[in-house]
Parts: sequence; structure tokens; C-alpha cells
Amino acid sequence: MTETSPPAGRSPRVTANVCQAAGCVSLRSVELSKDLGDRLQKAGVTDAAVKRVGCLGLCAEGPLVRVPETGQLFSEVGVGSEAEAALVEHLATADPTREPRPKPSSFFASQVPIVLENSGLVDPEDIDDYIARSGYEALTTALTEMTPAQVIDQIVVSGLRGRGGAGFPVGIKWQTVAKSTTTDHKYVICNADEGDPGAFMDRSVLESDPHRVLEGMAIAAYAVGADSGYVYCRAEYPLAIKRLKTAIRQARRKGMLGQNIGDSQFNFHVEVRLGAGAFVCGEETALIASIEGQRGTPRPRPPYPAVSGLRGRPTLINNVESLANIAPIIRNGGEWYAKTGVGRSKGTKVFALAGRVVRTGLIEVPMGMTLREVIFDIGGGILDNRPFKAVQTGGPSGGCLPAEMLDTTLDYESLSEKGSIMGSGGMIVLDDTSCMVDVARYFMDFSRDESCGKCIPCRSGTTQLRMLLDKIVEGNADMLDLSRLEELASMVKATSLCGLGQNAPNPVLSTLRYFRSEYLAHIKERTCPAGVCAIASGEAKTS
Amino acid sequence: MTKVKFATTWLDGCSGCHMSFLDLDERLIELGERIELVYSPLVDFKDFPTDVDACLIEGAVSSEDDLHKVQMVRERSKVLIAFGDCAVTTNVPGMRNAIGTAAVLERAYCDNATHNRGIPDEIIPRLLPKALPVHHVVHIDCFLPGCPPQADLIWRVLNELLDGQAPAAAKLARFGK
Amino acid sequence: MNVCTLKIDGVEVVGTAGETILDVARSNNIEIPTLCHLDGLSDVASCRLCVVEVAPSGKLLPACAVAVEEGMEITANSDRLHRYRQQIIEMVFLERNHVCSVCVANNHCELQDKAAEFNLTHFDLCPVNPRLEVDATHERFAIDHNRCILCLRCVRVCSEVEGAFTWGVSGRGLDTRVVTDAGAPWGESDTCTSCGKCVQVCPTGALFEKGRSVAQEKPRRPFLPYLTDKAGVPA
Ligand SMILES: Cc1cc2nc3c(=O)[nH]c(=O)nc-3n(C[C@H](O)[C@H](O)[C@H](O)COP(=O)(O)O)c2cc1C
Ligand code: SF4
Ligand code: SF4
Repeated sequence: MTETSPPAGRSPRVTANVCQAAGCVSLRSVELSKDLGDRLQKAGVTDAAVKRVGCLGLCAEGPLVRVPETGQLFSEVGVGSEAEAALVEHLATADPTREPRPKPSSFFASQVPIVLENSGLVDPEDIDDYIARSGYEALTTALTEMTPAQVIDQIVVSGLRGRGGAGFPVGIKWQTVAKSTTTDHKYVICNADEGDPGAFMDRSVLESDPHRVLEGMAIAAYAVGADSGYVYCRAEYPLAIKRLKTAIRQARRKGMLGQNIGDSQFNFHVEVRLGAGAFVCGEETALIASIEGQRGTPRPRPPYPAVSGLRGRPTLINNVESLANIAPIIRNGGEWYAKTGVGRSKGTKVFALAGRVVRTGLIEVPMGMTLREVIFDIGGGILDNRPFKAVQTGGPSGGCLPAEMLDTTLDYESLSEKGSIMGSGGMIVLDDTSCMVDVARYFMDFSRDESCGKCIPCRSGTTQLRMLLDKIVEGNADMLDLSRLEELASMVKATSLCGLGQNAPNPVLSTLRYFRSEYLAHIKERTCPAGVCAIASGEAKTS
Repeated sequence: MTKVKFATTWLDGCSGCHMSFLDLDERLIELGERIELVYSPLVDFKDFPTDVDACLIEGAVSSEDDLHKVQMVRERSKVLIAFGDCAVTTNVPGMRNAIGTAAVLERAYCDNATHNRGIPDEIIPRLLPKALPVHHVVHIDCFLPGCPPQADLIWRVLNELLDGQAPAAAKLARFGK
Repeated sequence: MNVCTLKIDGVEVVGTAGETILDVARSNNIEIPTLCHLDGLSDVASCRLCVVEVAPSGKLLPACAVAVEEGMEITANSDRLHRYRQQIIEMVFLERNHVCSVCVANNHCELQDKAAEFNLTHFDLCPVNPRLEVDATHERFAIDHNRCILCLRCVRVCSEVEGAFTWGVSGRGLDTRVVTDAGAPWGESDTCTSCGKCVQVCPTGALFEKGRSVAQEKPRRPFLPYLTDKAGVPA
């Protein structure tokens, strides 16, 4: 289980949990593990262990190492760094029975780990480590003590909603698939295509705790009556794919996947399918087309995949994070889960906190927390004490909320009422050095590049919207262009075929709603208030 | 009854729209009773007057000359009508937009030239980077597409305008044809 | 037979199970514009001209791909939809180089007809002016990508009716192209049977028979309904 362990039979006095999720791996944390082992050996320390774990959250300060026995977190532990020396010293001398546990830093204090409960604690490549922390208990309970209908009931009671973006109630989707009839197979698909720029929640879950997702899929399959499943993961996530494949192999060997799972009548086979990095392939009908070997473009719904999905069969498709919530819900009960959260948004949400905040990284917060708490308590406020300007949630499909909206609570309804969305978990904080027109243009650029080209409003509309935004940031637009921008944005939203086109105008619409004066400054005064856009002054308008 | 001061002019076009105007045939006489033609390539006035009531403008805005001309015409006309597909969409003059001005000049004046190879830089007005529809440069009051717009349609639109109505008939026009 | 009644633009109409909103509207002389739809081929719902408003949600759904249901209340024509449709047509013109006056399909083009039908006299937005290819390597036919509106009728007729699977789609966004044999020149295609069905179904002058000059690509006859049933299955 561990890379370096004390002699058999003795549990280690202290453990160095070295993060080996992609962020820290890119900062050479694999070499760090080895180096730590060597140094401990050289120093003659025999009762300290070095262990590979998943994401520790504070990604911007990696490589990260946590010593769970003493609660100490070491950041920026480069190979050969001073921090490494301090860590070795701590490992050699710390006495967990005496050491006062440090108060959790404000980054961690108000977080509630459910999805990430094992993250940074279990070895992602060791099924026994997962099992030691109640892993596969929920699946066994479901198979031995619950009927499929009872499983679905618990999910309904939990109030869990889809974490892939749309927030559709998971239990109701399961009920639909369970009710759909078929002559042969039903399928469960885990959507791990995660294509939003800056988002890495799902990657982190797969890299840190892959068994949790497989367990969720198996429970889902039992509940809806499916016998095969796919994890559709983008090919840009090699480490996640590797760990997922390892996990599938181990689970099969342990009898947690495959034929007669846990000695029951239930069979469930899982395969990994790779996506080639097209954002639109995360859209469920495009994803299904891609698994079928066709061009990954969306098709109109209805029929929904729950009725007619992969190969025309009823198909349950859920996001990684949605599925990662299933095991704890079954283990602790739907009512337990529903205690966290507000209104119709239950449980927690994982966010990738990024942008101009002091502390960036992966966080899990209860629904109902305010944006202010996330940005100022967890994130530690704005870098260099600059003024907060806006927070962007939901990436290219979402919106920007201004300072007046900082007390908005994180729940599906409040966010969409204010003109943004929960989205899949991207959260980018902006300060006064950002021009909101330029921000809108950046996201429009993304949507334009990622449009699959099937339907006219999105294919051509995102290009036209981008051209209008270009005109504005270049100082060549007039008020007619502004009304064209608004009219076209609503049209693209209303008529596009899939969610990509329907949501692509959101960054424009929300910045127009809250930062209209910035648009007007570019148009009427030909200046960029944030000083970002280079406006050629005095040029005659010719086009 | 004072007559409406009427003008026609062209930019980058083939004069086909003006030929279609002449296809009004005997209706030109009827028109002459209601308008005074104060400027047109079809007649011999040297200067564009300063107080034109209505003007038909043919052709796309392709060169620096066109640009100055359309701005001058706009300033001096109360009602400006984009006349024909080249004025409305750039049509054939706009076909160079996808290829690039330099490549087009190169082909015309170098590759395909038999005498005096070389791109002229005098006398011939300099081309803009792209041919533009007139309404992307100045405000246009009425659009009359068609390549060329049919004489019957020109007749109906002019009559509507002269009767002081919004030109509804223009909506019956179509691109091309 | 399963019959249902519904309302389209305030008119009470009757449809049978399996019929789309478009089918029922057309058989009741209620006009809903389309470009990608063609009787006899499957529907892809990509042009979005046929989107209609379905009460009570007010959501816009493509009439060509949504089956009628009992009690539906549908707005197929309204000022809002009219404006959306104008914008769609405008953007199709602007995304490629449609020069009606010098096109083989001048006067026989569904896009040109739609612009006239929707009273488009000019375009407010800017043209994209992409540089596009013409593939004239086939001995009888050619494709001019400047005129293609990506309706994918050629792709569908080739796979669903001729069974040759010569046409496909490559690229994405504005760079999407219909391609023969996954990108090889049409003239070198091993799969093309030279049946010409794609040329027949093309709504614009993108696909044409060689030797035709401006405005000479003759109006196409709706031959498909004689060959296939509605879903594109050979009769
Ligand atoms: C353009 C587009 C991209 C999407 N990308 C993802 C994605 O990367 N991951 C994901 O889980 N859902 C994505 N979705 C949402 C899926 O279509 C689908 O709603 C979701 O996987 C359902 O799972 P859930 O109910 O558990 O959220 C995307 C949707 C759209 C329109
Ligand atoms: S909305 Fe965009 S991504 Fe979705 S089908 Fe249309 S073109 Fe493709
Ligand atoms: S070539 Fe013609 S039929 Fe084929 S997609 Fe283009 S416009 Fe449609």
C-alpha cells in the first residue's frame, strides 16, 4: 500500500501523504516521494511512511504533502528544497500523541468533504486502501439489503442534482431509466469529458479516488437495471485514465465489477472510452454518438438518452461528481445528505477556484454558502489587495456576477436567477484589471472554436457575436452594433440545437446586465475603463 | 408643383442597374413629369448638387474614390437608395474579399498582363482592403437588391417614394436573378 | 390508428401518432419554413428555420423532429419567430460567399427563395468572406464550397438512399465541410457511384453538373418520396 513502509506489523508513527494528482505530479511529486524515502532511510528513521495519495486541494502551492497524524500541511515541497528538509525533520521527530494539532487553515475550515472525503487520504491505485475507508460497503449494502427501487428512493430523498451543469435531479433520471423497457441491454455512462476551460474537478476525483466513481456507477447500474457501462474520459487526462483502468482491473479481481458482483446475481462490466478533446462531446447525445463511433455532434432531444440512448437503448448518463456522491448517500442515507445544502440544492459542490484570489485550488463547499465566503474566507481575498470586480461561474456557458451580488448563495436557483449558472464547477475571480467586454469576448472565442458546426445559429452566430465584440473592443462599434449584439445573443440562445449554442451567449448577456457601462465606454467614449483593450483613437469608422 | 430633385450615381458596378433603370422605357417620360434629374452618369452634369432629394446609388464601395464619393453623396441627399446587389451586398466586386486585394491586383496587372506589367499606383484610385456594401459606410434609407433590380420594381419603389410612402415594394425584390 | 388533436397557430388540427409537427402543419396548409429537411430523408434539425414555440414551456423545438402529442399548443409563426428566421437566413448568406448573380443555381435556389420569402433586402451583420475550394475533379459533377449551407442532404441521400456513403462531414464550427471519401478528391472516390442524387437534392448551387452556366442548374424534382418512406427507408 505504501511506497516506503516501516517493518511489517508495526503501523507507522507518522505518514507523509504526497499528492500525486496531475498538478503536483507536474511539479515532480513522484520524484519527491522517492527522495523522501531515501532521505528517511539515510537518516535511519524507520517508523515513518511515505504514501501516494490524490489531490490535497491547495493546487497552486504544490507539491503538497500532508502528515495526517499531526495535521501538518507542507506546501511547495520541491525535491531538495528547504521545505523538504523541514518535512524530513518533522517526520523524524514529531510525536503525534503530544504534538498540538494546528487549527485547520481558513482554506480548509469551512469546507465539507463528501465527494473529496478520501481525496489526499487514500492511495488511488490501491483498492484495499479504498476498502479500508468503507469503500464498496455501499455497493454491498445495496446488493444485499436493498431493492433497486429502494436504492432510487434514497437518491430521490437525498435531493442530489446532476453536477455536469444542468442540475437535473439524479433520482428522477434514474427512475426514468429504470422504467424504460428494452429487450436486452441498458447502459450507464459516466461523463468524464470535462471540457470547460480551467475546470479540473472531475479529473481530480478520478485521479484521487477512482473507485468511488466505479462504485457509484455499479450502484446506479443495479438501480436502473443496466449491465454495462462506459466512462467517457477525455484523452488529455492520461493519469486519470491510467488510474481508472487500474481501478477497474482491481475491482474486477475483487469481484466488485464483472459477473456476479459480491456473489449476487448482478453483473456489471465497465469500459473506458476516450474522447478526443472536443468540448461538445461532453454533451450527452454527442458523447453517445462518439461512443458509437460516429461524428460527435448532438442530436435533438427528445428522445432523451434515458429512453433512447446508446445504440438506441435506455441509457443513464451522469457526471463524475454526481456519481461520486452515490456511495456516501447509500452508506449514510438520503436524509443525511439532504441535511447539507439549501432549498432545492442539496449536498456539496466541488469548485476549481481560480483567478485573482490569494489561494486557488480545488474546494468542496456546502450548497448555500455565499460567494463572499468562498472568495474571501476560503480564497483569502483578492491578490495584492486589489478591488474585487466579478466572479465567473460556469465557464463559457455561465455568467459574471458583480460585487453587489457577492452575497448570492451557491445554489442552482439563486445563481440562475442572477444571470449566471452553477455549471460544472469552474469559478474564476476577477479584479479591476479585467475588462468585462474582453472577458465576454474570451469566452465567445472559446464557444466559437468549440461549436460543432451542425446548426446555423451556433456555428454562424458565435462567429458573428465574436465579430461584434471585436468591433467593440477595437473602438469601432456604434450603438446599433450594441443592439445587434443583444438581439443576436438572445436569438442564438433561443434557437441553437444543443446546450453549447444555447448557453454561449450567457457571458455576453450577463456582462451586459451588470457591466453595461463598460460596453458604453468602449462605444461612446472609445476608451477601455480597465485599460485592457487597445483602442486606436481617431480612426474613421469604415466598416 | 415643384419637382423632386433626383440623382443617380455609381461606384464599383457594371452599370447594369442603370441599364435596368433605362428599361423603364416610356415610363421615363411619366417620371420626368415628377422629377428633375439633377445628376446622373446618363446625362452631362459635372457636379453633384448640394440639395438632392433622392439618389439611387449603384455599386459597391471598393476604392478610396468610392469612399469619398459615397460620403459626399450621402451628405448632399435627403434619401439615399442602395441600388442593386453590388451596392447592397457587394456582389461581384466583393468576390475579391475572400482572395485578398494584393492577389487580385497581382493576377490582373502582372500575371495576366501582356504590356506594361506592374500594379499602377497613379491615376487609378487605390482599392480599399475589402469591397464594402454602401450601408456599411453611410446610412441608407432604402434597399433595392437585384442583379439588376427589375424595371417594374424600380418603377413601383420610385412611385411609392414620390408619393411620400415608405417603399414597401422594395421587399418584393430578390438577390440575383 | 392513434389520433391526436392539437392547435397550430390557433387552428385545431388532427395528427396521427408518429407524425411530426411539420408533417401535420404542412398537411393543414400551415407554412413552416425549412432548409435542411427534405421529404424522404431522415431529419437532422440543424437549420433551425422550423423551430416553433410549444406551450406551456414556450421552448423552441424543431418542427421536423418533434412528434405531435395530444393537446399540444404550437405557435409556428409569430413576429419573434419571423425575426429569428430572418437572422438565420442572413447568417447563412454571410458565413460563405453566396453571389447569387453568378451562381449556377440562380433562380433555382432554396436559400435565395428563402431570403425573398422573408423580405430580406440587405444584411446588417458583416460577411465572413472565407477562402473556400471548388472540387471539380469528378468527371460529371463539381462542388463549390462557397455555396454550401451544410444542410447535409447530400450526406443523407448518399448513405440513406444510394447506400454509397461517399459523403461525410469533417472539421467543426465555421470550418465544417462536406467531404467525399473522408477528404479525398471527389474524382478519386472509390465509393461514388456517380448516381447524381446529391446534386439533385442540393438546395443551392454548391453541387452542380459540369457544363452548366449561370442559372442553368435546373429546378430539382422531388424524386425521393417515390423511392423511400418518410424515415428514409427504401420503400
Ligand atoms: C456543450 C456541453 C458540454 C458538456 N460537457 C459536459 C462535461 O464535460 N461533463 C459532464 O458531466 N457534463 C457535460 N455536459 C452535460 C451533459 O450533457 C449531461 O447533462 C450530463 O453529463 C448529465 O449528468 P448529470 O445529470 O449527472 O449532470 C455538457 C453539456 C453541454 C451542452
Ligand atoms: S448548438 Fe453548437 S455545438 Fe450544439 S449542435 Fe449547434 S452547432 Fe453544434
Ligand atoms: S453540398 Fe449542397 S446538399 Fe450538401 S450540405 Fe452543402 S448545401 Fe447541402
